Amino acid sequence: MTAAIVNTPAETAHAKTAKTAIDRVGLPGWLQALPFGLVFLSFFVIPLILVVIVSFWDYNDYEMLPSFTARSYTENFEGCLAQLPDLCTILRTYVSTAKFCFIVWVTTLVIGFTVAYFLAFHVRSTTTQMVLFMVCTIPFWTSNVIRMISWIPLLGRNGLVNDALVHAHIVDHPVEWLLYSPFSVSLAFTHLFTFFMVVPIFNSMMRIDKRLIEAAYDSGASGWQTLWNLIVPLSKPGIVIGSIFVVTIVMGDFITFGVMGGQQIASAGKVVETRLNALQFPPAAANAVILLVVTLMIIVALNRIVDVRKEL
Amino acid sequence: MGEGRSPAFYWLAAFFALFVLFLYGPMIVIFILSFQGPTGGLTFPMNGLSVHWFERLWKGGGIVDIQGAFLRSLELGFVVMILTVLLSLSAGLAFRKRFAGSNLLFFVAVASLIVPSIVTSLGIALEFRLLDDFLKKHGPAWIANNLTTTMGTFTSGLGAHLTWTLPFGLLVMFAIFNRFDNRYEEAARDLGASPWQTLRYVVLPIILPSVIGVGLFGFTLSWDEIARSSQAMGEHNTLPMELQALTTTVTTPEIYALGTATTGVSFAVIALAIFAIMVIRSRQARHGSDAGQA
Repeated sequence: MTAAIVNTPAETAHAKTAKTAIDRVGLPGWLQALPFGLVFLSFFVIPLILVVIVSFWDYNDYEMLPSFTARSYTENFEGCLAQLPDLCTILRTYVSTAKFCFIVWVTTLVIGFTVAYFLAFHVRSTTTQMVLFMVCTIPFWTSNVIRMISWIPLLGRNGLVNDALVHAHIVDHPVEWLLYSPFSVSLAFTHLFTFFMVVPIFNSMMRIDKRLIEAAYDSGASGWQTLWNLIVPLSKPGIVIGSIFVVTIVMGDFITFGVMGGQQIASAGKVVETRLNALQFPPAAANAVILLVVTLMIIVALNRIVDVRKEL
Repeated sequence: MGEGRSPAFYWLAAFFALFVLFLYGPMIVIFILSFQGPTGGLTFPMNGLSVHWFERLWKGGGIVDIQGAFLRSLELGFVVMILTVLLSLSAGLAFRKRFAGSNLLFFVAVASLIVPSIVTSLGIALEFRLLDDFLKKHGPAWIANNLTTTMGTFTSGLGAHLTWTLPFGLLVMFAIFNRFDNRYEEAARDLGASPWQTLRYVVLPIILPSVIGVGLFGFTLSWDEIARSSQAMGEHNTLPMELQALTTTVTTPEIYALGTATTGVSFAVIALAIFAIMVIRSRQARHGSDAGQA
């Protein structure tokens, strides 16, 4: 990249002074970061601004109309106050999505922490450690939808789990709540995203000075005491980063909810998608803004616990 | 520490084994089921063994344009891979120096990972729709009259994928340069190497294995991406989008065959990347670094 500038032979005398400066320190940082920055300006920052702007536009059955109205927002919350203490649709959707967030957060955290702890402190050879770590990460490189549909032959009405349950006379008829249910949605999330807990927690644990653990051992701390008073606090940055990933993914997801919920379970992300399928852009944008604000509030809350940037 | 294995080790090892089974078990099941005989269904038992469903899949067998989607995803993944390597490498180098706006840029890149994909996708769709409207109304006649849409796999779609792959690329670059020994560079500079020579003959050869890792990230993340693509691809769907659409309509093992084929590509790319990394590492071990051997 820099070659084009440094090695071009036909430089004018005027450019030569600039060239010597470049020869000494290389290209200025902002120029090297420019292409990267432009991508985010064009495909992230401007689009987000447009989402906010369009959320205040008016619309009819077939097009959006530039104007300023809060219609898309008010429609969402119509009757919400009157209905209290019963929850209106949008609040119910958010409460339900938050419940999924919490369930998935707990399961991925418990599994992710245990796996990372095993890899970091109980596997002794570095090679084995790396191989086992790779084993955990490889599924992440494959398609999420395939990993979702791979539960169908296991959890379906005639799936392996139901067969086993019926054969063992635990149930008389195949149970229905295994697939296309809140259970299968939570299971799929845990299956897909425990990776996001394992990696940062493992990373934090690998930085813990092993001498601290020996010191704890020498001072007579039991295994549990070492775990709870030493390893957990020192792994906190990884736990928080993992939590941010998992919670925001579940919050904004519409694909896992769709595929694993049999298109029957509402979620904050799915509300946006439904509006988009109806080509109602301003209400979709308004719902996207609400989703974004809720997500950011969660991150700010988690970020108060630890400064993420310091930990990278 | 250091003595025999504690009982905790065996519990944890068993837990880990179960976790690996949980990760891989279901996938192995659909790989097996994709070789279901022609009369077989979506669940066990296997009615014979065949490649019937792969054949049907490749012929198009009534369902949407799988071949087209396959090639499109492959091309897009390749372009995303190249751009992810080039842009993250360049930005990674930039972040080693101080520059105006570096904090802001880092914040934006991380925000792009965390903002729900559907929001980003919607924003890109709006951007291109408004651009279309603008061009049709105010653009020069030769554009305005011929334009259907500016959205497409390699415009809005490519941009959407880059907002997903580049932050990962940058984070990997941070990890690389955090571990990089700056003294190699200083030595090169002291010996009179220009910044470009330092980069080309000293820095790049050392970090090459990790850069291949960034490329692997770029390809596989793009190859499997749906959420951001959902609104931003224009008229042609990518392979994972077709697959997602099929989950609601297809009731034959054809969908498992598609899953197996897609995963096969991912695994081939991973294997290729690991192989390349191992070759480079062993070369480095044999010759030392090839730094400076122009």
